Amino acid sequence: MSTLAHSHNPSNGHGSHAHDPIHGHDSHGHHHKETFITKYIFSQDHKMIAKQYLLSGMLMALIAAGLSLLFRLQLGWPDRTFPWLESIIGEWGKGGRLDPNFYLALVTLHGTLMVFFVLTAGLSGTFSNLLIPYQVGARDMASPFINMLSYWLFFLSSVIMLASLFVESGPASAGWTIYPPLSALPQAVPGSGLGMTLWLISMVLFIASALMGALNYITTILNMRTQGMKMTRMPLTVWSFFCTAILGVLSFPVLLSAAVLLVFDRSFGTSFYLSEIYIAGEALTRTGGSPILFQHLFWFLGHPEVYIVLMPALGLTSEIIATNARKPIFGYRAMVGSLLGISFLSFIVWGHHMFITGMNPFLGNVFMILTLVIAVPSAVKVFNYLATLWRGNIRFTPAMMFAIGVVSLFISGGLTGIYLGNAALDINLHDTYFVVAHFHIVMGSASMFGMLAGVYHWYPKMYGRMMDEKLGYLHFWLTFASVYLVFFPMHFMGLDGVPRRYYQFTGFEFMSEWMDMNRFISVSAIMATAAQLIFFYNFFRSIRHGKVAPQNPWNANTLEWTTPVERLHGNWPGEIPHVHRWPYDYSRPGAPQDFILQTVPDEELPLAARGRPTNEALSGAAVTERVNTPSAQPVASSSVFIARLLHRIGLRRA
Amino acid sequence: MSSQASPSLPTSGKLWDGGNEPFGASYGKLMMWFFLLSDAFTFSALLLAYAALRFSSLSWPVPDDVFAGVPFIHGHFPLVFVGIMTFILIMSSVTMVLAVEAGHRGARNEVVKWMIWTILGGIAFLSCQAWEWTHLHHDGAWWGSNPFANADGTPGQVNFTNLFFTITGFHGFHVFSGVVINIIVTIMTAVGVFDRRGTYETIEKIGLYWHFVDLVWVFVFTFFYLI
Repeated sequence: MSTLAHSHNPSNGHGSHAHDPIHGHDSHGHHHKETFITKYIFSQDHKMIAKQYLLSGMLMALIAAGLSLLFRLQLGWPDRTFPWLESIIGEWGKGGRLDPNFYLALVTLHGTLMVFFVLTAGLSGTFSNLLIPYQVGARDMASPFINMLSYWLFFLSSVIMLASLFVESGPASAGWTIYPPLSALPQAVPGSGLGMTLWLISMVLFIASALMGALNYITTILNMRTQGMKMTRMPLTVWSFFCTAILGVLSFPVLLSAAVLLVFDRSFGTSFYLSEIYIAGEALTRTGGSPILFQHLFWFLGHPEVYIVLMPALGLTSEIIATNARKPIFGYRAMVGSLLGISFLSFIVWGHHMFITGMNPFLGNVFMILTLVIAVPSAVKVFNYLATLWRGNIRFTPAMMFAIGVVSLFISGGLTGIYLGNAALDINLHDTYFVVAHFHIVMGSASMFGMLAGVYHWYPKMYGRMMDEKLGYLHFWLTFASVYLVFFPMHFMGLDGVPRRYYQFTGFEFMSEWMDMNRFISVSAIMATAAQLIFFYNFFRSIRHGKVAPQNPWNANTLEWTTPVERLHGNWPGEIPHVHRWPYDYSRPGAPQDFILQTVPDEELPLAARGRPTNEALSGAAVTERVNTPSAQPVASSSVFIARLLHRIGLRRA
Repeated sequence: MSSQASPSLPTSGKLWDGGNEPFGASYGKLMMWFFLLSDAFTFSALLLAYAALRFSSLSWPVPDDVFAGVPFIHGHFPLVFVGIMTFILIMSSVTMVLAVEAGHRGARNEVVKWMIWTILGGIAFLSCQAWEWTHLHHDGAWWGSNPFANADGTPGQVNFTNLFFTITGFHGFHVFSGVVINIIVTIMTAVGVFDRRGTYETIEKIGLYWHFVDLVWVFVFTFFYLI
């Protein structure tokens, strides 16, 4: 505690809590003199670690997007040669044509990098680290040292995964789900040699890193909340990180077990996943195992992993939408409940990835019903987002645009989930482009939009400067349009039976009509990637040249905006503030401003604004507020229009 | 901000109102609990894999016939040796409890004494395991080969030995890590690190881990040796 004494400010007024035993270790890792190494490399400061995760995640995203462009070239122009390919990927692009084995490796690494390295580490790693201590009112993570270790294990795992790109036999190429026997037998495909070994080593390190991160997130949220920060006063971001961390703690170890058994199958002559296999015309002597066992173990992680990826994005979206609609989030407790519901259900639906493995149809039915039940909490979230936006005083910041984009993608992708969750329909749709479209929209793009929304919104907190808004809008519209242009047509390809992971579609008559569409998708994918370069430019330029950020640029309520703009180890120069209210007191009737920081007690407000506002008062206030704000005019009139429309079709009484 | 009492400010005594440790446990102890929860899922996954593979086999070797050797003695003594191993490991849990208890009293020398007994127990268990593995290996058992016939007389299902070496090996690795950590912690105790820190909580945390590893052994023991 004493090492922070230089920054103690006794006039702050919270003297009585100065030596709160809970925060007795808040000086962890604090050094008076930070060297370059302790500040930027082996940093134990949650804010710096968040930036490390973000930058690593951005780099991985760039690489993963680059890989996808390579295979989109192949899919869009299977009959053309690209001589320059040979100069960048050598043997794999001999004669300007992508090697079919390398195509599979590209698909595999694109999936692996995106799911784990970008959307798990890059998204949850960045924002859990940045926001948990800030928003619960803690000086740092519970264990800054383990936090640092977590990042560096992730770094090591990234290096190993990327190194597998340079292996002579190629990187892992059994798909990101690495199903055996393909992944277990090096003679099955070149990528199942050293490339697969590196994949497994990298993932084991990744699991260790994810575990360390998650343990920190959970214990920080449970133990380090500041005075007054009840669980029900936590921002929904923190709730989503909490649920995400619990999912990680419980599901990643099962992937570890699956990987350990696979390592033995690959290197120690066991047959956990192998049985009755003919390879190169000869029967494999190893029998008695079951490849389906791997699928069960893998998807016990794999399905919660989808929510590990998505839930942080939903949490960020809740926060950004409420802040920028200048309204309390609609149904806070329902939002928390739906996060918990999704978390629970995510553990008991993994079988829907395996409907066509010969699963007992009764079991298939059970998994189907449980899967469809997830639509309930998901719909709760969607309707609550819409109800929060409804008649709001919306500020269309770039972050808000991306957050609304999340809602859009979550709806479009969620609806196709209902088709895929159906055991009978899945017979037709399994492993087609319909699946590719579904998960790229609902999990890939929605989470990526959440991450981008988070970056735009919390950039001022990270770098003390604002990102350029105009470039942000350009980035948003290009990305939003191209994401739909890339993935929407894939639904129809899938319905027509076009299978995923094929190197080219020229060998089948019925697929040839999709040739033009494939080219269109490839062009849109190039556009989507190009749009991200705008973001990269904006991001790095604004670090030095952005407008200097005020302390609370979005007039938000949460605790991170009560900290100084400059980075400070320990976050608050004086006492940790106490919390007196929930984080969503926006546009409160009778209050002097349209936001009330969580640190403001009721006594500091005018009488009319104290206590619990009634719904009538709230809607009345929102109306007067709206009249005074010119920017809200189109929103108001459009809501009137929608109300009339609903009345016309009989959904709303006059 | 104001320090005056506020009606909306919760009384500090409430468990979940912030500024508090709702489970009455430090973050380190919570971390250990959640880590153990995670590790429990790792072992559960392995044991479920065992169950799935065993129940999809038509027949399986009889543990009583496989695990019947005792060092220096010739003859058929089913479960005797593994009984001794299990007893040793459980006794090391008892000594660990005593070390934790001594830690509560801040009795440094007693902590060191009981920790040394715990370490010896761990080493003894690992040595037993090493002997058993060597013994089985001499019989021709290893990853990928199973000399023990199934109960119905058919050639032995090779996943019997595959699972045995993988899962007991994974558990043995946990015991080994525990012994290493125990040694480090004992040295830290002996040189007075915890006296300076004013708390022996580290002993409690490593104690949790040690008991967990014991508990896992009970399941491994049941699955491989009893049923």
